Amino acid sequence: MTAAPETPVGTMSQAVAQALDLAMAADPSVFCLGEDIEDPTGGVMKGTKGLSTKYGRERVRNTPISEQAIIGTAIGASLVGMRPVAELMLMDFFAVAMDQVANHAAKLRYMSGGRTNVPITIRTSVGGGRQFGAQHSQSLEAWLMHVPGLKVAVPSTPADAKGLLTSCVFDDDPCVHMETMSLLFNRGPLPEGTHVVPLGVADVKRPGGDVTVVTWGWQVPEALAAAETLAAEGADVEVVDLRTLVPLDRRAILESVAKTRRLLVVHAATRFAGPGAEIAAFVGEELFGQLDGPVRRLGSAYTPVPYATELETLHYPERTRIAEAIRAMA
Amino acid sequence: MSGDGAVTLSDEEAVAIYSTMATIRAAEDRITKGLRAGELRMTFYQVRGQEAIPAAVSAHLRRDDYMVTTYRGMHDCIAKGIPLDELMAEMCGRVTGTSKGKGGPMHLSDPHSGLMVTTGVVGGGLPIACGLGLASQLRGTDQVTVVNFGDGATSIGAAHEAANLAALWNLPVLFVCQHNQYGEHTRFADYTRTERLAQRFAGYGMAAVTVDGNSVPDMYEAAGEAVRRARAGEGPTFLECLTFRLGAHAFGTGTEYIDPDELAAAEAAEPVARHRRWLIDERGVPAGTLDALEQEAADAVEAAVAAALAADPPGPDELRLDVFASVDEIPEGEVAR
Repeated sequence: MTAAPETPVGTMSQAVAQALDLAMAADPSVFCLGEDIEDPTGGVMKGTKGLSTKYGRERVRNTPISEQAIIGTAIGASLVGMRPVAELMLMDFFAVAMDQVANHAAKLRYMSGGRTNVPITIRTSVGGGRQFGAQHSQSLEAWLMHVPGLKVAVPSTPADAKGLLTSCVFDDDPCVHMETMSLLFNRGPLPEGTHVVPLGVADVKRPGGDVTVVTWGWQVPEALAAAETLAAEGADVEVVDLRTLVPLDRRAILESVAKTRRLLVVHAATRFAGPGAEIAAFVGEELFGQLDGPVRRLGSAYTPVPYATELETLHYPERTRIAEAIRAMA
Repeated sequence: MSGDGAVTLSDEEAVAIYSTMATIRAAEDRITKGLRAGELRMTFYQVRGQEAIPAAVSAHLRRDDYMVTTYRGMHDCIAKGIPLDELMAEMCGRVTGTSKGKGGPMHLSDPHSGLMVTTGVVGGGLPIACGLGLASQLRGTDQVTVVNFGDGATSIGAAHEAANLAALWNLPVLFVCQHNQYGEHTRFADYTRTERLAQRFAGYGMAAVTVDGNSVPDMYEAAGEAVRRARAGEGPTFLECLTFRLGAHAFGTGTEYIDPDELAAAEAAEPVARHRRWLIDERGVPAGTLDALEQEAADAVEAAVAAALAADPPGPDELRLDVFASVDEIPEGEVAR
């Protein structure tokens, strides 16, 4: 995708700040809370840069290092009509907040028979590939997908981040917006003004007829790079960016695979019992007779994330191994 | 301990509180009778002995004040004003219940009466109460939020994160610790060296007091001051309400870990009979008036149970409703429907 020369350009981090700015301007019930989100820091990944200066420290508020309190407070405020946007500095810290996320945010609508709902957004940075070690590098979307009641968005471009985060903030259910650290400061097209990407709608980032790669977040640019390599070898790879895992755009996956008859799922999450297992299973159920081969999966190795670059590179999928996997499917 | 509650508590209010307590007691008696007979089937966390606390606290609350409680919370729900019919129907898993039978006794909620969350996770409600309080603060209303929990919840991290945040942000929250002497099956002295929980929570920089939770006048006084403080924007209060859980942790699980003499002494000090005696002796309320209230309570409970038993369970369509705003957002697709 080539941007027209006049299209504004920005980073995913700027996209996040723009989406929050527009949401707060449009709706007084939107407010932000989290660790170090006020200026001058503006969030350690700068996702709230400028917002406390513009909207005040009532609506953009620093919290103690208290992940349970951050999420619980967001839940409570949301039950009575606020639209809180909570930041969990790193996705690994979901482990600290998970009682509030899984036992409360995800379940209150159901447990109340629809009398209450939890319109919160949890923004979180996802590490990986940056030598942050085992507790600052995990892609834990499978945890969230396994708890009924949570929506999960994972943008791969600045424009998608702006659009998906806007949808999350105004959604009436709890949403997690995963902001991949290694993509946060890459520049790309970034529409001005309000930009909405609906939840549950995948995007074909590269059309192709020979094989489908279904992926999201960090691995989208890796898959696109692999596709370019293979194009030179005469293979035409379609890259489907799911953008949200819940809701899941099953139709987009099935349409692409019905056309190419081959599917590789790629994700930074652990391959074993990862999201790819669910996708492979349902594609198998729906398209069994139409596939030219078994569905393949690439994910991270079944190990804690190692520190040394030489090992971390082996841990995660990346473009050369994606290309190898696709060649092996031919 | 005898506070000034005996002075400020009007006869009318004192009798209204008794009526609430009698309703709670009647509901517990009816449910345990039904469980023993096999007529009812539910997980029931008994509240017998703790009736005075929510009855006195709720006397200071408006319908638009918020409450969060825990699985041992039927008394809190009744005191906050959840309609008895909907309460009993939910406990029986009927479609006429507060949550259409999908929440159950551990997950009662009724925003119409301000009961926002009942959690089954010890301590899980305290951070949520902070959020309810923050919403009121941001909107500039004078609504207060009451969060009920047992002494057992003071051992879990979430409680401390919430207390620290509520104090830091001066939130209009009442932390009502119903100190019933046992965390599930373990005695207070066996899980902490703290003698007074109020001392511990005062350390977070909030008002914190210890109250006789079986004394209606004392509870009324302490809760009144805490509610006044919260409405005036003066911040949260921790109320350590000393009481005793006269039943088992959960119905049918036994009380063999409680010393029989301790249990007998606690039974003799239980708050419903105590408040009844106080109304008669100190306020000259005729026994017949109180008898009539008890009968009204029992009749209302009986009618609610009968209506619940006659109601339908939720239909199969309810299974996948209320996961998200729309059933179409469930990621399993058509296969699962």
